[in-house]
Amino acid sequence: MSIQTDSNSSYTAPGIDGMVEDWSADKQAFDVPWGKLMMWIFLLSDTFIFSIFLTGYMNVRLSQTDNWPNPSEVFALEIAGHHMPLILIAIMTFVLITSSGTMAMAVNFAYNRDRRRTVILMAATALLGASFVGMQAFEWSKLISEGVRPWENPFGAAQFGSTFFMITGFHGMHVTAGVIYLTVIARRVARGYYEDKGYAIVEITGLYWHFVDLVWVFIFAFFYLW
Amino acid sequence: MQNVAIADQPDHLHDPQTFITKYVYSQDHKVIAIQYGLTAVFVGLIALVLSGLMRLQLGFPDTFDFIDPSAYLQFVTMHGMIMVIYLLTALLLGGFGNYLIPLMVGARDMVFPFMNMLSYWFYLLSVIVLLASFFVPGGPTGAGWTLYPPQAILGGTPGYDWGIILMLASLAIFIVAFTMGGLNYVTTVLQARTHGMTLMRMPLTIWGIFTATVLGLLAFPALLVSAIMMMLDKTLGTSFFMPALVSLGENLDYSGGSPVLFQHLFWFFGHPEVYIVALPAFGMVSDVLATHARKNIFGYRMMVWAIVGIGGLSFFVWAHHMYVSGMDPKFGFFFATTTLIIAVPTAIKVYNWILTLYRGNIHLTVPMLFAIGFIFTFTHGGLTGLFLGNVTVDLPLSDTYFVVAHFHMVMGVSPIMVLFAAIYHWYPLMTGRMFNERLGKIHFWFTFLGTYAIYLPMHYLGFLGVPRRYFAMGSTDFIPESAQSLNASITISALIVGLSQLIFLYNVFWSLRHGKPAGHNPWGATSLEWQTPDVPPRHGNWGHDLPKVYRWAYDYSVPGAKDDFIPQNHPISAFEQTADQHEGHK
Repeated sequence: MSIQTDSNSSYTAPGIDGMVEDWSADKQAFDVPWGKLMMWIFLLSDTFIFSIFLTGYMNVRLSQTDNWPNPSEVFALEIAGHHMPLILIAIMTFVLITSSGTMAMAVNFAYNRDRRRTVILMAATALLGASFVGMQAFEWSKLISEGVRPWENPFGAAQFGSTFFMITGFHGMHVTAGVIYLTVIARRVARGYYEDKGYAIVEITGLYWHFVDLVWVFIFAFFYLW
Repeated sequence: MQNVAIADQPDHLHDPQTFITKYVYSQDHKVIAIQYGLTAVFVGLIALVLSGLMRLQLGFPDTFDFIDPSAYLQFVTMHGMIMVIYLLTALLLGGFGNYLIPLMVGARDMVFPFMNMLSYWFYLLSVIVLLASFFVPGGPTGAGWTLYPPQAILGGTPGYDWGIILMLASLAIFIVAFTMGGLNYVTTVLQARTHGMTLMRMPLTIWGIFTATVLGLLAFPALLVSAIMMMLDKTLGTSFFMPALVSLGENLDYSGGSPVLFQHLFWFFGHPEVYIVALPAFGMVSDVLATHARKNIFGYRMMVWAIVGIGGLSFFVWAHHMYVSGMDPKFGFFFATTTLIIAVPTAIKVYNWILTLYRGNIHLTVPMLFAIGFIFTFTHGGLTGLFLGNVTVDLPLSDTYFVVAHFHMVMGVSPIMVLFAAIYHWYPLMTGRMFNERLGKIHFWFTFLGTYAIYLPMHYLGFLGVPRRYFAMGSTDFIPESAQSLNASITISALIVGLSQLIFLYNVFWSLRHGKPAGHNPWGATSLEWQTPDVPPRHGNWGHDLPKVYRWAYDYSVPGAKDDFIPQNHPISAFEQTADQHEGHK
């Protein structure tokens, strides 16, 4: 891992001591660009934010005396006369996970310095993300029209509305920020801004995007499927 | 090697030219550090004045008309919040972290200087929002620095309408600022060290700041989330923390929330926060002690592991702040155990500081006096922590002045002692001038003895059962009359200590112009920040070439060496290599 080792610092000890020596070798602890490590640490911090949101939600839900609405029914749609539980959420999840696929391909093409394909795939990712946010806006307006508010809820416990708007809102803000981030980076890639600097930035953007997707999987599991 | 672009290419550093880019919108970590420091000291002085006002009321009740019960609660709240977050956290990490990390690890700057600058401006914004709450209708919140719901947002609590909203907003902005700075500190320590600066050669200051920053990045999310939830409870009428209740004879719309959830979230942040403040102090005091005792720090590796261990354990002790919340005794037992376990690495550190002093060539300079003072105050504050960590002892002492005395000794006075030690220690580097030694010593004795005059009697008041946060005791049977005389004496000591800080301020500003020129390395320190080509260090820190590190940061009084210290960037000489073969590797 070490980039340059001075003769006097190449001390090797057996076992855990040796591992510590090796890992703490000079200049860099991880052989990655600064921005990438910083993004990882930020995502770790952000993980704590979402974990605490979800823990708070579970606590509120478990200590509820009012009836908790059944998410499958609340989020059901009538399409062409068929009653389809969770259909919109299923589509949203599918869209977001697809966008992770296009993002991963963009990273690959970026490292191969195929700027055209990188930009197309990043734009596709941003579009999928934007359509996710659009569907979320649709879902919000449907619930609001049915009378669900942060402070009250015709189907049962008021906290259902509170946690729904808070958690999906916070996640939606992350997706929106990600769409903006992707657009800015894609524009710079298109202009050749990274020809000298290298394309690690596309991977860093990808890390953020995959994180937002991963968080959605947990929200999907804990909020919609439970 | 794009990863080390800044590190090895001084040509790419554009020296700032105009006054604005040099001192206002500066991206230089040293200027940002001083901006952080001045802002933090400024709000800290406000908090100091607030504590003086509180003491006036407690020492001489019914004397001051302008302190009514609401104002008193607002003083308590703002004093606590400002001291913990906006002074200690900001000054230790934003101030000293910013100044020392790049210099001590041999980097030219933080890895992302622009973000570092944004961090300061967000911090300033959070301070402005916080101070704005003094000027809104109803004044700042008086909910206590823990902001417990439901009372924090209910009518009857001072500042329940505007103050609490500004407080929560300010905290959220502060967290954004801290995150931008913190990501920089962690990445710089991990990725931008100079040649030969392995993690295990870093000065303990850096280990302390690094670990504290990691704690902050993982603990502040809990505060952010609880602030968001309480903000929604307040503004939108959600019921995350609010149960169904009757307030001032009125049935409120809230129902089904859990106030205890807030306590868990708050203390999941709150306890690591204690160590966010303590760990940088531990690190800096280690370096000050070693430098002024002319002796290597005792048990360097153990000191590092103790810092990391304390940091890890601090996430598993939070509920010891909540023994009286009605928790299951099994949880109380668990949290009491983890709390007492954390005393082990802490005790290792205290023993190692004392063993560093043992048979050292101790120079009783001003920074050294403050560092030794810290060992006293920290040991005393830590020992009362053992009382409060045990559930059965804590229950009767909870919410009394014993608690106030405990946390002021351990996380109020102790980090402040280290901050003074650090300011006096690094003042010659930051300004290029020495401070006035005599004034510094007077400042030390007032502060150190005054601390004991204030907080020792408070322990006694706590044993008597005097409750904290009360505006006035009234005629309470179990509290004897003499408690009032004790309160008056505490107030007088507190005012004297508060005023004696003017000596410090005077010294800092007087020495800027009239201090003796410090020259290079006046303390004979080994760590890299003293080995810069210019004092104070210029933009880019290291001139043309980065320093190369050959040894750890504590080669003091090496037998056979010419001086009693060998800087980290001096190569291993022949006599040391032969000595090494006999003693094994450091």
